[in-house]
Amino acid sequence: MSEPGATLQRVSLPEIALSFNHIALASFGGGLSAWSREVVVVQKQWMTEEEFLSAMTMCRIVPGANQVNLAVFVGTKLKGMAGAIAALIGLCLVPVTIILTLGFVYFTFKEVPAVKGALHGASAAAVALTLTMVIKTGKKCLTGVMPIALFLAAFILNGILRWPLLEVLGILAPLSLIWAWPRKRAEAAGA
Amino acid sequence: MKTYLALMGMFGSLSLLSIGGGNTVLPEMHLRAVSGHHWMTNSQFADIFSISQAAPGPSILIVALVGYAAGLGVAGVAGGIAGGLLATVAMVIPAATLMYLITLSWQKAQKSKLRYAVEKGFAPLTVGLILATSLVMSKAADHDWRAYLITGVATLIFVRTNTNPLIVVGAAALLGYVGLV
Repeated sequence: MSEPGATLQRVSLPEIALSFNHIALASFGGGLSAWSREVVVVQKQWMTEEEFLSAMTMCRIVPGANQVNLAVFVGTKLKGMAGAIAALIGLCLVPVTIILTLGFVYFTFKEVPAVKGALHGASAAAVALTLTMVIKTGKKCLTGVMPIALFLAAFILNGILRWPLLEVLGILAPLSLIWAWPRKRAEAAGA
Repeated sequence: MKTYLALMGMFGSLSLLSIGGGNTVLPEMHLRAVSGHHWMTNSQFADIFSISQAAPGPSILIVALVGYAAGLGVAGVAGGIAGGLLATVAMVIPAATLMYLITLSWQKAQKSKLRYAVEKGFAPLTVGLILATSLVMSKAADHDWRAYLITGVATLIFVRTNTNPLIVVGAAALLGYVGLV
């Protein structure tokens, strides 16, 4: 994993906006997080895998829609407030136009356009995209007993037992921080 | 005017209450839009929920449709569009501003122990939460064995090859469109 940094200075505002527009439009049927990772970490290399993953959980804790928060996080990291605004506009502008058009059709003709089947198929592939993200990121960060235990606990509590996110994080976030807290100066410097 | 002020007040406050993501305030949004303000019926709310889930972009854009329905009653389609835009801005700006301030201080804490611990410790936890999300997504979409088969095959394609995901999602959408899923 190469440390992004040198290239970050050259990112332009239109590039940020277009990237988030691409993420938003590609997520037809779902899988917005997976698309965000695909573009931000894999294609553009604006963030490392771990920075991206930890930012995702931070974005869940902070009030607001997760994907909107993530756009603000990435935009701010790249270009401060202007970057955050560019990312937000990129993420929301075209989707708002689309959804208001759909709303117009729905409230005028009292029915949703007949795309239900297509969406059903697309969402099956979107789940695959999200699963792929689990496999790819899991290979990199599930490298010990504690990471695997944290991973399993988060999945079982939130996915199987359906505990609310905040309760899951209330228990697991402190545990993960205690586990990951740097004990030696050398370890912290090595990050 | 009163409707628009109500929209701004409602979504401005829900924005900062949506800890854990936009979905956490959906019940409250439903309560206020349907029973409180009578902007739409129960079944209309269920319909706009499906529309917002299916449409590209963040699912929180359901607020644009609530705003549209509210504005529709005030001044027709133009009023609806104004309501939709206003609701979106009111829902996005407060939380985004908070997130911006948090990110700024986070970026300054480049070398802090907390940041080191969060990046290392939250990563495995997040992967578990993402797996939970995919499970919940499958269940919410009411998938049967054919959909699970598509999910399995598509996952293999994504992991083993460098195929553009859009092609696979598009193909799956086509299968669904012709009624095979």
